[in-house]
Amino acid sequence: MDVPARRSARRARPARIKYNRREALAGYLFISPWIVGFVVFMLGAMAYSLVISFSRYNLATNVARPVGTANYARLFDDPKVATSLANTLFYAVMAVPLEICVALGLALLLNRVGRGAGFFRTVYYLPKMTPAVATAAVFLLLLNGNTGAINQALGFVGISGPQWLIDPAWVKPSIVLMTLWGVSGTMVIFLAALKSVPKDLYEVADLDGAGSVRKFFYITVPMISGAIFFNVIVLTIAALQVFDQAYLLFWRDQTSSSPEASLFYGIYLFQQAFREFNFGFASAMAWVLFVLILLISLVQVRIGNRFVYYEGEKR
Amino acid sequence: MATTRAQPAGTELPSPAPTPDAKTDLGPSRPRRKPRPPRAKAARLLLWALLGVVSAAFLYPLVWLIAASLKPRAEVFDNSLIPRTFSPENYVQVWDQLPLGHWVANSFLIAVLAATLVTFSSAMIAFGFAYFRFPGRNLLFGLVLATMMLPGAVTMVPQYLIWKNLGVLGTWIPLFGMNLFGSAFYIFLQRQFFLGLPRELFEAARIDGASYFGLFRRIALPLSIPSLVVIFIFEFQASWNNLQSALIYLNAGSVEGFTAPLGIAYAMTKYSPTNGGQGDYQYVMVATLLITLPMLVLFAFGQRHFIEGVATEGRKG
Repeated sequence: MDVPARRSARRARPARIKYNRREALAGYLFISPWIVGFVVFMLGAMAYSLVISFSRYNLATNVARPVGTANYARLFDDPKVATSLANTLFYAVMAVPLEICVALGLALLLNRVGRGAGFFRTVYYLPKMTPAVATAAVFLLLLNGNTGAINQALGFVGISGPQWLIDPAWVKPSIVLMTLWGVSGTMVIFLAALKSVPKDLYEVADLDGAGSVRKFFYITVPMISGAIFFNVIVLTIAALQVFDQAYLLFWRDQTSSSPEASLFYGIYLFQQAFREFNFGFASAMAWVLFVLILLISLVQVRIGNRFVYYEGEKR
Repeated sequence: MATTRAQPAGTELPSPAPTPDAKTDLGPSRPRRKPRPPRAKAARLLLWALLGVVSAAFLYPLVWLIAASLKPRAEVFDNSLIPRTFSPENYVQVWDQLPLGHWVANSFLIAVLAATLVTFSSAMIAFGFAYFRFPGRNLLFGLVLATMMLPGAVTMVPQYLIWKNLGVLGTWIPLFGMNLFGSAFYIFLQRQFFLGLPRELFEAARIDGASYFGLFRRIALPLSIPSLVVIFIFEFQASWNNLQSALIYLNAGSVEGFTAPLGIAYAMTKYSPTNGGQGDYQYVMVATLLITLPMLVLFAFGQRHFIEGVATEGRKG
């Protein structure tokens, strides 16, 4: 059965391969669960979502009545949309660079330590294994403005800590702090990238008398730029959808201790969909978020292409 | 196991293998021994000090949690890492205070179902992509990878409505039903694994008269148990921690029907004084610790897999 395939294996165009019909059919059968899932729960869901975003959905009758662009117009009229979007962007701009710097810093430390790195890596990874809800339950008490351990520690060095969970200015830093505690996933990706930088590059630089700062910026950063790029994109997408931490710290019981500052886009979308059951409006919000994420990712890719160095790439 | 170096398996670049020499700081300079020993020593000390401080910061919340779970109500907030009054009775009382047994059982069953389903469906789909040649294979696999970038917020509402129209709201099906159709990252992982198996193995079985499904069930699956286990524990963790789906699909039901994350979120509110609670946070802390422990145990057994899996995720980008 392999004869036709073997003959065409001589670098023929892939399109010219003569497929074995039985084999092809079996292949489709094996991937059929994915095809069903993709068509129904991805493509179908997206198309459905687009239709609903132009409709008013009646939950009792399951009927979507077209309302034109009314839902999208409401996005501009509802001040909470702008607030939540601004909060989310502000959070992303603060969280992503900090996560990248802390994760890279820790990875550099671990990469240097040699023996014992396994132990520290395990310790740093533990928060990543802690369920978000557990992290939140602990930080809810640690961040307490009056009795929390974090403000007590700050008190020792003479700083009177803020009301983390109430003061609007400190709401986002609270969430950033929690996110940084679980930064080890990003760190592990950096660590893998650091390990794959060829050692001889550093040896050559040593011979040329380069200091460690120069080695970092002229060898390490370019060589791991692919990992930096990947992490920035993934963390940005995650930050724009921030939900769990914000919900647990601020929105467990419908009212928030700091309702303006803690209203993130994901929270408002969730409230509109599953508390108010405004599915049309929520779908419009979801599409705006999707387009926004797409645009931001595209810009990042455009910028990234200028800086990212891939081993073996032809210039 | 903690000290085995996970790297060699995955490194793609022809970088030098981890010879013992690769462990030292910047490679060579060791044998020469001359260059500035006092400064190097100071740098080493500083490095260890930094690592120690960071470790303390990472461990503190977990140690604090253990301590708080052993304190009486009045002392939960005192931040001492050794309880002044030990009250292990928290661990007994919590079962009467909260339906913790139900929550853990629900979460466990859902996680097992979710992980089992996604492991087998992803393996089957991955085998389709790895072994068979059919028109459009590369395009379809590209689509699989592309779905990883789709933000969950976009499909959240329509998926809810699809489940509603199928009449399964109020059941557990929406919490793991999607797993019947495989999951992009797991398909990717498992396909990589299958591609590493020698094709002759399958050709020989074909000659012996094995069916295509026989190849999958009798050869591919038994040989890939290690990677199937990885997928299983990954998904188990994801399901165990999943708050948002529980909020969407279970929040309206009875408290006994909650999953562990939803239950903790409920408990955090229940005891809050602003909600008429007594501030019995020690129970929340016990419950929190008890639902975190399974993850730490999972990590103890599979830490290499977790860390390698995350690193793989970065490498494909």
